[in-house]
Amino acid sequence: MTSTETISTETTSPCEAPIQTGDLLLSIEDLHAGVGESEILRGVSLQIRAGEIHALMGRNGSGKSTLSKVIAGHPAYTVTAGTIHYRGQNLLELSPEERACSGVFLGFQYPVEIPGVSNLEFLRVSCNARRQHQGQEELDTFTFEDHVRDTMAIVQMDPAFLERSVNEGFSGGEKKRNEILQMALLEPLVAILDETDSGLDIDALRIVANGVKRLARPTTATLLITHYQRLLDAITPDFVHVMAEGRILRTGNKDLAMALEQRGYDWIDETDETDEGETPQP
Amino acid sequence: MSSAAAIEALTTTPYRYGFVTDIETEKIPKGLDESVVRLISAKKQEPEFLLNFRLKAYRQWKAMEEPNWAALNYHPIDYQDIVYYSAPRQKAQKASLDEVDPALLETFDKLGIPLSEQKRLSNVAVDAVFDSVSIATTYKDKLAEHGVVFCSMSEAVKEYPELVERYLGSVVPITDNFFAALNSAVFSDGSFVYIPKGVQCPMELSTYFRINSDDAGQFERTLIVAEERASVSYLEGCTAPMFDTNQLHAAVVELVALDNASIKYSTVQNWYAGDKDGKGGIYNFVTKRGLCKGTGSRISWTQVETGSAITWKYPSCVLRGQDSVGEFYSVALTNHHQQADTGTKMVHIGPGSRSTIISKGISSGHSVNSYRGLVSMGPNARGARNFSQCDSMLIGDEAAANTHPYIQSRQPEATVEHEASTCRISEDQLFYLQSRGIGAEVAVSMLVSGFCRDVFNQLPMEFAAEADKLLALKLEGSVG
Repeated sequence: MTSTETISTETTSPCEAPIQTGDLLLSIEDLHAGVGESEILRGVSLQIRAGEIHALMGRNGSGKSTLSKVIAGHPAYTVTAGTIHYRGQNLLELSPEERACSGVFLGFQYPVEIPGVSNLEFLRVSCNARRQHQGQEELDTFTFEDHVRDTMAIVQMDPAFLERSVNEGFSGGEKKRNEILQMALLEPLVAILDETDSGLDIDALRIVANGVKRLARPTTATLLITHYQRLLDAITPDFVHVMAEGRILRTGNKDLAMALEQRGYDWIDETDETDEGETPQP
Repeated sequence: MSSAAAIEALTTTPYRYGFVTDIETEKIPKGLDESVVRLISAKKQEPEFLLNFRLKAYRQWKAMEEPNWAALNYHPIDYQDIVYYSAPRQKAQKASLDEVDPALLETFDKLGIPLSEQKRLSNVAVDAVFDSVSIATTYKDKLAEHGVVFCSMSEAVKEYPELVERYLGSVVPITDNFFAALNSAVFSDGSFVYIPKGVQCPMELSTYFRINSDDAGQFERTLIVAEERASVSYLEGCTAPMFDTNQLHAAVVELVALDNASIKYSTVQNWYAGDKDGKGGIYNFVTKRGLCKGTGSRISWTQVETGSAITWKYPSCVLRGQDSVGEFYSVALTNHHQQADTGTKMVHIGPGSRSTIISKGISSGHSVNSYRGLVSMGPNARGARNFSQCDSMLIGDEAAANTHPYIQSRQPEATVEHEASTCRISEDQLFYLQSRGIGAEVAVSMLVSGFCRDVFNQLPMEFAAEADKLLALKLEGSVG
C-alpha cells in the first residue's frame, strides 16, 4: 500500500514539460535479474529515446521476454543488480500498475484469459486508471463505449469482442489485436511488444503492424521483440539489438536484422562484437 | 503493491451494517423449556394446531443431538443462554406504516431498505423482520389485487390458518434435523407467500432480516407456496450488528411448487462475520428445502453467502414431480476466521427430473470453505439428469477449501455429472490486470467477481449489481 503514495511525486503530472523527440525515456544499466537462484539477465544495458523504434531479437531463452516482464514489474522476477530509469525516475520502485499508469506498456506474448470479466469493463477500468493518473477526467460507461468502438477500427476488431470475457476463447490473432487495442487506449510513452507478431497469419500481421505504426509518435518509443524479419519489413526499426545468454551482444540498424535472417543466430556467436563496424550508438 | 499486501488491505474492510438500534424491546428471560414454547405461542395467540406442532417439535428436539459431521469448529452453543423471544415494543396492531416506530424505519433506511411510501423500492415488495417479529410489509394491497398473499408468518397464522396448517412442516418435517426441530419449537416470525393458480407474481418479493439483540436468537420461518402454473421470485437479505458474542440464527425455509409452478429463491447473506481474529459473529444454521411436487415444476436457489462466523446451510430440492427441475447456484465467500459448510441436496424421485448445481467457493484469510452436496437418483427417476460444477478459489496461503460430493444412484438410466476445480488467484491474471494500470485490490476483486459470474447472472436484475458490490466490499474498498 505504501507505494501508491509515491504517485503524487511522479513525473507525469500534466503540468510537466512536454516530451521532445530525442528525450531519453527508458534507460537500463547493467541489469541483472532472474527467478529464484537462476540468473536470466546478466548485465543488460539499453537506452530508448522518444521517436525511436527498437527491435530486440535473439534465440528462445536468450532473455528477451524476461527483460520485458522485468520492465513491466512482474513479481516472479527479482532484480539483483543494475537500474532501470523511466524519464529519470527509478522504475523499479514502482508497482506494475504505477508503471502502466505512468506510460509503460507491455503487449504480452501470451495474453491470459480472464473468465467472467467483461472485456469492455476491463478496458474501461484500465483506461480510466491511466486517465486519472494523467489528471484527465474518467470516462463514463457510455462515453467510453463510443471511444472504444472508434479505437477498435485501428485494429479492425469487431465490437462483439467487447461483450466477451477478456481474451477468453479468442484466437491467437484476436488476442494480439486485443493487446494493440489496449495499447491504443492507454496511449503509452514506451510500448514493449513481446512477439506480438508470432502466430499471426499475413493479414493479421499487417493489421497489427499498421496499428503499431499508427500509434507511434515522435514523442513515444516502441520496443519490438521479434524473431522474424517480416514484422520489421512492415515497421522499420531505428535500432536492432541481438540478445544472447542474458546480454545484448550486438546492436545495429535494420541491416543487422536482415543479416540475421540470412545467416542465423550462429553467425552472431561466431563473430566478434567489433567485426561489423556499423554499430550506431543509440 | 504485491498481491499479498493487496489481500491484506482488502481483508481489513470494516463491516458497514454493524450498528445497534437503541429501542425498547420486550424480551422473555433466557432459556428454553416447555413453558417457554407455550409462552411464545400464547404471546402470538396461536391456534391449537400450532401449539401442538411446537410442543411436538420441542420434545423431539430434546431427544436429538447437535450434528457434528460438518467441517466446522466452534464453541458449543449453550441453548439455555439464549433469549427465544425478543420484539421491539410497539402497538400490537399497526394499521399503517405511520404507526411503526420511527427508529425502526430509520434502521431499515440505514440498511438501504426504505419502507415508507415515498422511498420504498419500486417493483420490490419488502417484509422487514426485526429480531423476532415482522414490522412491516410493503405493497400488500397491490399484491392482493392479483390474489398474491405476502405477509408475516404471524399474520398468516391468523388470516390463513388452513394454508399454514396444510403446508407447514410438509417439506421440512419437524424431526428433520436438530436445528429444524429447534426452529419448529420456537420460531417467532418470518414470511409467508401464497401465489394462486396461474398467477405470475407481478413484482419481486423480498424479506429483510435484521438481528439487533446481542443475546436473542433469530428463528424465522418462511413458507412459499406456488399453485399450478404460478411463478414467483423471492429474495432475502440479512445483516446484524457487531457484537463480541455469537448469536444463533436457525431458520427454516420451505417451498412448495405444484404442477408447472416455478419458484426462484435468492439470498444475499451478510450477517456479521466476526472480527478479523474470529471474535463474535452469527452462527447460521439454516434448513432450506423446496419440494417440486407437481409435474414440470421448478425451484431455483441462488445464494450469495458472505457473512456469518459459521454457516451450515444446504438449500435443497426434492424433485418429486415428473420432469421437474431443481437448480442451485451458490457463491460462498469466507475471510478471516469464517467457516462455511454449505451446498445442496438434489433428490431425484420423479422420472425425467433434472438438476443443475453451480457452486463457487472463495476462501481467504484463515477461513475454511467447504462444499457439501448430495445428488440422489431414486429407483423411479428414469432419464433423470444432474450436472454439478464446484469450483473453489483460494486467496493467500492460510485458507482452506474442501469439496465433499455425495452421489447415490439407484436408477441405471439416470445421468450424474460432476466437475470440480480448485485454483488460486493466478499471479499471471493479476499481473495482466495490474500491467494495464489496474490497482491490485481492484484487480483481485475483478477476478473474484469474474469467477462468480455464472452465479451472479442468475440473480434478479435488481440484485445482481448489489451482490457484485457486496463481494467487492467484502474484499476491498471500491471497484470499477
